[in-house]
Amino acid sequence: MSRKKLTRRQFVAATAMSSAALISAPYVRGANAAGKLSIGFWDHWVPGANKASTDLVNEWAAKEKVEVSIDYIPSQGNKNLLTIAAEAQAKSGHDIFAMPTWWAHSNADQLENVADIMGPIIAENGEVNGTVKYLGMSENKWLGVPACVGSQIKGPCSRIDLMKKHAGIDVQAMYPAGSEPKADDWTLETFLKAAEACHKAGVPFGIGLGETTDNVDTAGAIFLSFGAQLVDAKGNLTVKTDAVRQALDFYKKLIGFLPPDVAAWDDASNNKWLVSGRGAMIMNPPSAWAVAKRDAPQVAEQCWTHGFPKGPKGRFAPYLPYFWSIWNFSKNKEAAKSLLVALSKPAAIEKMVNASGGYDLPAYEKLTTLKVWQEEGPPKGTLFHYPNPYKHQTLSIAASPAPPKIAQQIYAQATLTKMCLRYHQGEAMEKTLAWAEGECEGFMRS
Amino acid sequence: MADVALQPDSVGAAQPVRKRSGLKKALKRKSTAAFLMTLPLIILIALLVLYPAFYSLHLATLNKSMQRFVGLGNFEFLFKRDTFWLVVKQSCIFAITAVLFKALIGFIVAHFVHNIPAKGQRKWRGMLLVPWVIPPAMSTLAWLWLFDPSYSAFNYTLSFFGIGPIPWTGDADWARFSVILVNVWYGAPFFMIMYLASLKSVPEQLYEAAAIDGANWWQRIWYVTLPMMRNIIAITTLFSLIVTFANFDIVRILTAGGPLDHTHIFATWAFRIGIEGSDIPLGASVSLFMVPILAVAAIFILRDVNKRGNES
Repeated sequence: MSRKKLTRRQFVAATAMSSAALISAPYVRGANAAGKLSIGFWDHWVPGANKASTDLVNEWAAKEKVEVSIDYIPSQGNKNLLTIAAEAQAKSGHDIFAMPTWWAHSNADQLENVADIMGPIIAENGEVNGTVKYLGMSENKWLGVPACVGSQIKGPCSRIDLMKKHAGIDVQAMYPAGSEPKADDWTLETFLKAAEACHKAGVPFGIGLGETTDNVDTAGAIFLSFGAQLVDAKGNLTVKTDAVRQALDFYKKLIGFLPPDVAAWDDASNNKWLVSGRGAMIMNPPSAWAVAKRDAPQVAEQCWTHGFPKGPKGRFAPYLPYFWSIWNFSKNKEAAKSLLVALSKPAAIEKMVNASGGYDLPAYEKLTTLKVWQEEGPPKGTLFHYPNPYKHQTLSIAASPAPPKIAQQIYAQATLTKMCLRYHQGEAMEKTLAWAEGECEGFMRS
Repeated sequence: MADVALQPDSVGAAQPVRKRSGLKKALKRKSTAAFLMTLPLIILIALLVLYPAFYSLHLATLNKSMQRFVGLGNFEFLFKRDTFWLVVKQSCIFAITAVLFKALIGFIVAHFVHNIPAKGQRKWRGMLLVPWVIPPAMSTLAWLWLFDPSYSAFNYTLSFFGIGPIPWTGDADWARFSVILVNVWYGAPFFMIMYLASLKSVPEQLYEAAAIDGANWWQRIWYVTLPMMRNIIAITTLFSLIVTFANFDIVRILTAGGPLDHTHIFATWAFRIGIEGSDIPLGASVSLFMVPILAVAAIFILRDVNKRGNES
């Protein structure tokens, strides 16, 4: 049996030597000395667009000595929403996550306040629009940095030839490339007449009445153009108002000029409608045009993206931003903030917008006139008015200005399009309003 | 002086030997071996079924922001909502109609296949099982294209006969019909294969005796085939009822619950509320509402099976 003994003298000597070695050792900054960072980005549908984000992140990581890992999470099948819910429950996961529209607010308690970096970012890039503040701020807390990747305006994308031929509207003259819109006559009344004319000509507008976001967004903008809100900013029920009645009456007339199957439309239906050449207008970001460019070039070269028609209470367009948010369980918040600042630099934003072919929209007012929107085509300038460069329409989201937690329910349950359909199918106006009021009361539970 | 003893302690070495022999005996027992062999599955079920089930029970007792215990408050809230009762009604219509048709078609097709000579039967069995082996998310996508509101292949074909266009997913009744049809198409092969196995186990002598007694085709089915298949029919129906009640993919892909919520069933509405509406406790409550309905069905069906088991 062997037995080793360590004397007190040996113990003290060993301890002293190790301490001296540790103190005198030179500080070696390793390749990943600033720790690790994991990111959940939205998986872009434009081929190659993810690469721009990856390159920017890697460039920053190499400079800051941070080990990064990126997951691109698609929104198809709501995979990103499921991941958000899972990470919120587990209080573990990515450090940074791309939150779509309402999800920053619905996870507000678990997100890091980024007000400290938003100040300098806004100072450099310009003010953000009201919808970004509505969705990205809770009291004075910024719940995330507005991400250009995935952010979009769902404005009208019209067929130049069909609108001219059947409705007598020259959309290019109304929204000329390179200069201010001349769209004073572009009102909901004109829009309705054009819808009727195109319907008669067999090329109806492709506006869905289903329960997915494209359908809800259009209804939201038109409701706001009438000043119609189901719940106001203070959380009061405002369903039974004249503005809501007017909006419903308008929609009832409009549905008569739309394809008969719009009740079943999803987010792909309007794209297919445009690409197949069957319709004169849809409400969509330029993704439908981009697909047409590939699959039906003769359709693409007749497409023009422009602003919404004006209603009695103004001109509203649906705007859906993404936010890069930092979970409060992140172990490397400082590095996360540093990365978000780097991704919000004008040059970085321009790189990402270019990679998306102009689909992605920065939230900042100084960044709405990038070269890509002037040059993309055919036809050249088709995207010039897509980022709302002259701020001639108010960027909004359906169900606003209700408190976001109520508005999210109105939005997710597609209460607006359901109201329009019910009323169109013959339900009495007051019955439809009573139904909607009941629904909204339910959405108010805390 | 600090002493570091590196030698392992030898005290108490006799006890593990006794223990080891006890362990050896336990391992030799058949029940222990069986338990150990099922242990991986038990752990898997505990992790993937029991834990989420109890967690959703916990979630269902929280308020919307998940910060406060509200007991049965979420269920109270749901009971006052018209849409909830619409979903309950639709789930029952969907599950009962689909299971009935699946059972009926499965029964008929099983008889046809049973009567095919053994040589060619395998081929038919394989072909008829195809709908059941394709992942439903994939096959439903194909159905979605067939039912597409603007470009439906069915409508295109029907137009040659001057019929349509039919709003397969745009009208409440047609949309319900469409989701049930796809569910029947997907689930009927399962019934077919179960019934076929059951048919093959019915002793031929019983049919011979029935024929001697002068029984006709219908009497043979009613007095011989059906009683012999009762347990399989009951178990298959119960199993299918549970799966159909909890269906998600077919409705989600085909109609997403629309139009006007007229095809929502428990799972799709729970997803709409919980994930898309960020009200996870209410979504959990909706999905848990299936449990009592299915439990009652299970008790009745299994009690009947037990009773018949004891009788025989």
